[in-house]
Amino acid sequence: MSIDEKVKHAADELDAHVVEMIKWHFSPDTGSPFWLDWAKEQSWDPLNEIKNFDDICQKFPNFEDEWLRDLPNEVWVPQPYKGKPFNIFETGGTTGMPKQRIGWDDFRIDYTAFSETLKDEHFPRDDYWMMVGPTGPRRLRLSIEHLANERGCSCYFVDLDPRWVKRLIASKQFDQARAYMDHAVDQALTILKHRKVSALFTTPKLLEALAERKDLIKAGIKGVFCGGTTMDKQYARFLVEEVCEGGKIGFVPTYGNTLMGLARHHPFGEENDYSIAYYAPQPRAVLRVINPDTNNTVDYDSWGRVELTTLTKEFFMPRFLERDEALRRKPWSEAPWDGVAEVRPFGAMEKNIVEGVY
Amino acid sequence: MNTPHIPCLRLGKEYRSFNESEVKDYRNGAVKATMSQVNAGVIRRDLLKIDQAREALQKFTTRELIDISAKAGELFLNGTLPLGEGGRSQSGQDYLETLSATSGLPHVMVKRNMDKIHYALTHVELILNGLTRGIDPSILDRGFGEQAGSPVCFYPTTNALGLVMPSNSPAVNSLWLPSIALKIPIIMKPGRDEPWTPFRLIQSFIAAGCPREAFGFYPTDHEGAADILRLCNRALIFGDKSTTDLYAGNPGVQVHGPGFSKVLIGEDEIENWPDFIDVMASSISDNGGRSCVNASAIIVPKYAKEIADALGKRLGSLKPLPVDDPNAVLSGFANPKMGEWIDGAIDSDLCQKGAIDTTAIYRTGPRLLQAEGGTYLCPTIVYCESMDHPLSNREFLCPYASVVEVPQSDMLNAIGPTLVVSAITKDEKFKRQLLSASNIERLNLGPISTMKISWDQPHEGNMFEFLYKRRSIGMAA
Repeated sequence: MSIDEKVKHAADELDAHVVEMIKWHFSPDTGSPFWLDWAKEQSWDPLNEIKNFDDICQKFPNFEDEWLRDLPNEVWVPQPYKGKPFNIFETGGTTGMPKQRIGWDDFRIDYTAFSETLKDEHFPRDDYWMMVGPTGPRRLRLSIEHLANERGCSCYFVDLDPRWVKRLIASKQFDQARAYMDHAVDQALTILKHRKVSALFTTPKLLEALAERKDLIKAGIKGVFCGGTTMDKQYARFLVEEVCEGGKIGFVPTYGNTLMGLARHHPFGEENDYSIAYYAPQPRAVLRVINPDTNNTVDYDSWGRVELTTLTKEFFMPRFLERDEALRRKPWSEAPWDGVAEVRPFGAMEKNIVEGVY
Repeated sequence: MNTPHIPCLRLGKEYRSFNESEVKDYRNGAVKATMSQVNAGVIRRDLLKIDQAREALQKFTTRELIDISAKAGELFLNGTLPLGEGGRSQSGQDYLETLSATSGLPHVMVKRNMDKIHYALTHVELILNGLTRGIDPSILDRGFGEQAGSPVCFYPTTNALGLVMPSNSPAVNSLWLPSIALKIPIIMKPGRDEPWTPFRLIQSFIAAGCPREAFGFYPTDHEGAADILRLCNRALIFGDKSTTDLYAGNPGVQVHGPGFSKVLIGEDEIENWPDFIDVMASSISDNGGRSCVNASAIIVPKYAKEIADALGKRLGSLKPLPVDDPNAVLSGFANPKMGEWIDGAIDSDLCQKGAIDTTAIYRTGPRLLQAEGGTYLCPTIVYCESMDHPLSNREFLCPYASVVEVPQSDMLNAIGPTLVVSAITKDEKFKRQLLSASNIERLNLGPISTMKISWDQPHEGNMFEFLYKRRSIGMAA
């Protein structure tokens, strides 16, 4: 199948998925109280008027993240899930109430699918993982454990609270922030010293710190699954060429969050100047790179704001404007839809953004 | 021809980053060079290998490195040296003109700075003699020996000298030059607007035979600068008071902030003040008023108003001249916003009672000028009624000084920490008090410009004592 045919096929699949999800979330016997009530207040009917993904982009307003902060979690429970205890996952929350997303099996579905994209060479089956990074109330903690389980083994955990790190940095307590990071790295090194681990999930900064204190190859690390902060081209190159010693350790960057799941990356390296492009797990989630003033996608290889739509039976979130900007990339044969590249905090070129050491 | 690109030097090896900054002409913003910007992790990883750099220097004797430094001095002044990638090179004249174009320093001042650096490099032996108080260089090679009949033994305090450099004055680079002869490699973050001088110096050293591993040149961000200061056991930082206050009291970081240098006139000489106007004016305005050794206050027991007026008359009429005019004394601002900020800060504080801008009446226009295609600040002399006025003890990046009346008996308490004091007095008692003052780094006795420094006497920290410590040693016969 040519790439054009693949793109067309994927778009058709997305449109069909959109119709199915709209039917689910806006039908009284399957929808959640929030969306059923929301629909009643509109002058239009999503069930009749949403026929494809473009309709979502044109007819739904941006999802407001305050809804995830202010409303009780029960309003998001689709009728068929009523009475089933749910997981509560959080994002944000450095100050004030965090955003919360409830869920049941989405994280397992997302990470089972993602596991298929990992190479056994770098993430061997039946070998131990270690996660060093934000656990706590994040979806990531259970997701990584599920990923390790899915690949036949278990995962060690070292926590790092990013809310505390952000507060330390915002108040210019850099020594404290560094000491906290060292504390996390110390614990990770202790695990590596006493236990066999072959795969890591961590953040770029923690990966750097670990590699500065331990030869990760000698420690048995074969692959690193990495996410959490901005990786521009230079940083990505540095991590691949130097920290992961030019591919001796497999480096798998990802873009994801509690609201989306996770986006896989397009292969990158010298051939594309280490520009990392991510592709959402479509049709369960869709990323667009848009001009928020016009609601139109920007041209390919141009900067725009990242917009996320999540379309699962557990959660419907149309047109959420992420706090990130990115370059829009063309579809790829393994993910024949738009990608987002060189993701960075929205407005990063104009102001300093606290991203932290984590 | 394409714009030159200045790479990072990772233990001497060129490295081009995907991230770049631009070094621009201070007049029209034309990009004169791009410069690789590296993430802090690059520096941290290279520091893990810094022993190799030190070992490369240790293969040479101190005497050989002194000779290499002298050769580097000639090359720096007159040589054609590599400039970045693609086989591009730079002559001495190219360097002078480019640095002038990006820094706003007139050619004549760049030349003076070049001459200072040349002198420092060609007199490293004299400088080391001053820093070590006459220790035979071979003692440094062996690590031990005998001096004046006593056994001595020295060990290095670090394997690398960290440097976070400024952009305002090229000659500050002369401070780190002895570290090469002392066999300590450098890890440098250059000033954002002034990569030219350190890069050319490094190329001079390499061309003169110094191992390239000894030079780390890392244009980087705040995190990178902080890591240089944190991870090199010894480091120099240049910056304003808010920057340097962060490291005050850290024995591993030598802080080079504002100098608050001053000219003091004693009661015995004050009646002769017109004779000293020249030395006061040159102390204030030489090098465009950009150095920490420029006087920023004139402290006198009386005639403050008259002296302020005379200095205002002398300096107030100075105007920007073309950069290649040999009489140019004012420097343009590489960052025009800096000029605007200084102008605003002076005006704001002048609103507070007790201060008069005595240059204003001699100027034909405003203090802040657009001239010769750039932004300039005209000299400013402010008469202050007392040292309590906020303008009495300030330092700005232009020819600026306050003139304040303070009784001689109160002067040494009133001046606060001062890098250079030129004290014009013959009063033996006052001279003794000056010699005992702990708040003066360099003392000139007599009508000597504050700009006059001695290479064989460190005026701002002793590099040898910073990089080496003496230990007691015993050896079996």
